[in-house]
Amino acid sequence: MEFAFTEEQAMIGETVRTFFADNATSDRTRAAMAATGRDAGLDRALWSAFAGELGLAGVGLPEAHGGAGLGMVEFAQVAEAAGARVAALPLLGTAMLGRAIAAGGSAAQQEAWLPRLAAGEVIGTAAWGGELTLAAGKLSGMVPYLPHGAAANLLLVPAAGEAWLVDLAAPGVTVTGHVTMDQTRPLATARLDGVVAERLADGAAALAAAHAAGWIGLAAEALGGAQAALDRTVAYSRERVQFGRPIGSFQAYKHRLADMMVEIEQARSAVYWAACAVDEGSPEALLALHAAKAFCAETFHMCAGNMIQLHGGIGFTWEHDAHLFFKRARSILSLYGSPQWHRERIAALVIDQGAAA
Amino acid sequence: MKLGFSAADEAFRAECAAWLHEQMAGPFADIRGIPNLCDAIPRRKEWEQQLAAHRWSCIGWPEEWGGRDATLAQQVIFAEEYARAGAPNRINHIGVELAGPTILAFGSAEQKARYLPGIAAGTAIWCQGYSEPGAGSDLANVKTRARLEGEPGAEEWVVNGQKVWTSLAHYSDMIFVVARSEEGSRGPKGLSFLLMDMDQPGIEVRPIGQMNGEAEFNETFLTDARCPADAMLGAQGEGWQVAMALLAFERGVSTLGQQMQFRNELDAVIAAARANGLAADPVVRQRIARAETGLRLMRYGALRMLSGTDLAAIDGAALTYKIQWATWRRNLGELAMDVLGQAGEIAPGEEYRWPLLPNMYLFSRSDTIYGGTNQIQRNLIAERGLGLPREPRGTP
Repeated sequence: MEFAFTEEQAMIGETVRTFFADNATSDRTRAAMAATGRDAGLDRALWSAFAGELGLAGVGLPEAHGGAGLGMVEFAQVAEAAGARVAALPLLGTAMLGRAIAAGGSAAQQEAWLPRLAAGEVIGTAAWGGELTLAAGKLSGMVPYLPHGAAANLLLVPAAGEAWLVDLAAPGVTVTGHVTMDQTRPLATARLDGVVAERLADGAAALAAAHAAGWIGLAAEALGGAQAALDRTVAYSRERVQFGRPIGSFQAYKHRLADMMVEIEQARSAVYWAACAVDEGSPEALLALHAAKAFCAETFHMCAGNMIQLHGGIGFTWEHDAHLFFKRARSILSLYGSPQWHRERIAALVIDQGAAA
Repeated sequence: MKLGFSAADEAFRAECAAWLHEQMAGPFADIRGIPNLCDAIPRRKEWEQQLAAHRWSCIGWPEEWGGRDATLAQQVIFAEEYARAGAPNRINHIGVELAGPTILAFGSAEQKARYLPGIAAGTAIWCQGYSEPGAGSDLANVKTRARLEGEPGAEEWVVNGQKVWTSLAHYSDMIFVVARSEEGSRGPKGLSFLLMDMDQPGIEVRPIGQMNGEAEFNETFLTDARCPADAMLGAQGEGWQVAMALLAFERGVSTLGQQMQFRNELDAVIAAARANGLAADPVVRQRIARAETGLRLMRYGALRMLSGTDLAAIDGAALTYKIQWATWRRNLGELAMDVLGQAGEIAPGEEYRWPLLPNMYLFSRSDTIYGGTNQIQRNLIAERGLGLPREPRGTP
């Protein structure tokens, strides 16, 4: 039994936690939230440091193409640490595109895109829905809900049974950024009018890899966010005194914190089960991915909601960071499939296809 | 970080699975998968002895005491295969998983020689004398008294008091008792940990009927009950440390076997839903998916806990495990009855006895109580896991 971090993984975890604690400060995140245009919700200096000095934008991408090697476990560690600080980074889409191209791109496509994604020069974003038509080799239609879409350079989108890369600076592309409830990861809509796109060599493999990275990334972010919500609330409950006692000594209060910990420990198992299952090519991988995304998103939302409630009035203010966690948690619930959608996938695997046992 | 087991461990899995399936298909087919712990007691005792004869009764113990020095991974695998084969719940779970490891940890050479062979051979069934009418969640409030009597060199402990919720006491040969040996002491101080023979006039057992119609647990009355002076584990007055160490063994590998039993129960729910068409109901599908997720996370949480180098360390996964599985199973019981509908409320025979799922529905109401209620678990998680201030205590 080796379902525990190796020494190397423990060091990676320590490194990324320190990096985000030092750099993804509340002040910097709030500056990114206040920015407009292409930089809305994006701390570019943080992204440069993350991709450059730390060299981790390419985690999970092959070293031959400038990636950092390693796998989904290490990617999850990075996403968990970023999520703990609600960092304003385009990590998610960039990782999804990198994995998609590594899994389903031709040699030429890998050569062209992976080094630039790994270096952080190209910011990626990935579509979930959208109705695109293909005519004379050109794509047209609306692609909604693109995370960090306004900042992104490259879009991954399914259309006509294939997976496509769209250069967002190409003629015929119009990207509209939206004021988004979670300002640390604003959404955008891309309109495509007869755009020449690049078809990935193996669309099914590309989309499967993108989804795996997206679901693990979101689940891990949610885990980090939920743990941070718990840690901050515990700290507050030890300081805040009412009725002559720290409020953390009241059972009505501490039992809610205990419930948060119970869910978070399961979320931790979920994230690393899914990450390992993908890295090992386990037959459980799909089940694990759906379970992790659904469970962790709901855990984070519960913990962030409790964070507000257990801080009292201060938790409802703009000044306190609780709303950053709460809004991120809300956005994670909806991104790339709701918990209900993922559970229906699990039900299909378990009830209809007999994946139980 | 890896999910699976090594090739050597998988070979061990094949070996024990083959033996278990052979037993459950052949000589012990009559007790395969029986749900109630109190059914077929004589056959279950024979099963214990069959396990012992093939050195499968206490594989985690040292070879010198009838075990196999099995690694933690092997113990996990055996527990999984045991449940997968449908082998019945161990009637001597308390002897093998709790009393044995505690005697191995705290017993003298002479005590090990006296008590361990009977457990290993499946001939000495043990029960646990912890809870009392006034000492449930507040376990340290033990009132049962023990005093030493007799000539020097031939002293005996004489024990008076009442224990309650003593599982399987009516079929047990031995009991370990936490008793107050220092007069006037309070709380966890002044307790001693005694090993007593059940077959004596000073011990009377009265079964307690449970809401599912079974009677697994008992009241155990001790009236001048006796045991030798050296039938004590640990030092006199320091029984609390022994009692707490024993509880730590409860969090060990047996959890993985329990999960395989949960797997069987969830599979039965899925089969029932398929049979009556509710498997197509979107709400039922959501709830089955939640149950499946919870079961998988239980497994990987347990593997995470057991992959840690220091089992004794109380970490998050270990602290939260009890409330997690107990709540999961209670929810599964509710789902099972919603799937079965009114058919589940009708007993198959003339007696008030229930098949697997309705019985699980009823029994699972005890899961969130025994071994520390969900409320006590939350206190432990908050105080030990999160470092929150303790609830102020009342004056005794």
